Amino acid sequence: MENEACELFDSGHRACGGCGAALASRLILKAAGKDVIVVSATGCLEVFSTPYPETAWKVPWVHSLFENNSAVASGIEASLKRQGRKEKVIAIGGDGATFDIGILCLSGAFERGHDFTYICYDNEAYMNTGIQRSGATPYDASTTTTPAGRCSYGNPRPKKDMPAILAAHGSPYIATTSIAYPRDMIEKVKRAIETQGPTYVQVHAPCCTGWGFEGEKTVAIAKLALETGLFVSYEMVDGSVVKVKKVLRKPVEEYLSTQRRFRHLFKPKRNDAEIAKIQAIADRNAEKFGIDIKLKKPAAE
Amino acid sequence: MPLGLGCSARPGRAKDNRTGSWRVFWPRFDHSKCSKCGMCQTLCPEGCISEDGEGTFQPDLTYCKGCGICAEECPGGAIQMEKEEK
Repeated sequence: MENEACELFDSGHRACGGCGAALASRLILKAAGKDVIVVSATGCLEVFSTPYPETAWKVPWVHSLFENNSAVASGIEASLKRQGRKEKVIAIGGDGATFDIGILCLSGAFERGHDFTYICYDNEAYMNTGIQRSGATPYDASTTTTPAGRCSYGNPRPKKDMPAILAAHGSPYIATTSIAYPRDMIEKVKRAIETQGPTYVQVHAPCCTGWGFEGEKTVAIAKLALETGLFVSYEMVDGSVVKVKKVLRKPVEEYLSTQRRFRHLFKPKRNDAEIAKIQAIADRNAEKFGIDIKLKKPAAE
Repeated sequence: MPLGLGCSARPGRAKDNRTGSWRVFWPRFDHSKCSKCGMCQTLCPEGCISEDGEGTFQPDLTYCKGCGICAEECPGGAIQMEKEEK
């Protein structure tokens, strides 16, 4: 692979200070090197990286619409194959473009078996248009279309299990990862690109503006999401989970209380019933993937 | 046949946009506490922290937005955020 010190996603882009998606893009290109063609759906990443005539990308980059990201990538891949060229194709989309609007073309591209990698930077809502809920928004998060108030605790639906949907398409490699673990993320993106066939990587990338926290906490909050079990980092090869990041699990309050989108669970008074439901989601994740580190001796405290 | 649609931008032209002017706090690097792990460089969303070849890291204040991730994540506490004086 290329020299990882070289910045292929360069400074000067217009992301908010402390943007998780900007960090994700940098790390994706560090893993991919320069022999790639990137297709990017509409979304925050497209808007902040390329306000014409500026662009932060130093690799060939195509902007598509929300819905046809994977279709554009499929066409480029088919053309490269016909010409006998060796460049790799990466499609990058936010969770709105991936989970909701682009799922039709994504499903089609996976079913046709194009040799490309789809990377979703998951910031759990439509951030660019003003924090509307998406299929990736977690349970009880307050967004502008699911505002918390007297009659609502925020988003009433759980997060869609996108990796499982794409695994059902027979994808040879699917991974979830987080910007909080850059080494892990780079390894997974490299592996996805090297694997023949349609592969998928979902990167958990907190959004300081949409989630409501200070920019310097982006990486710390991404880490807490994994440590509480609300986001699980794993790899699936040919449909079965082969590797899971294990953690010493923390209670979900430690993650929820850091963000404005969950503020209604703590103010004006603590809502134990709803916090218990979110804890149950984390417990189910822990059980499903076996993320708990089992200590031989009970912890000291 | 030339395509009539679309437009293109020169690679990396975003460099014209000097985002350093957005900054309220700036990162002061204390090299005596630095363990040269490079975490600040890896986690900078701007990609504006560079290494001089001998393990000394320095931010490019032309582009640093002052988000403070480097200071927050530095394991040795070698980076302090200080109020920018303009």
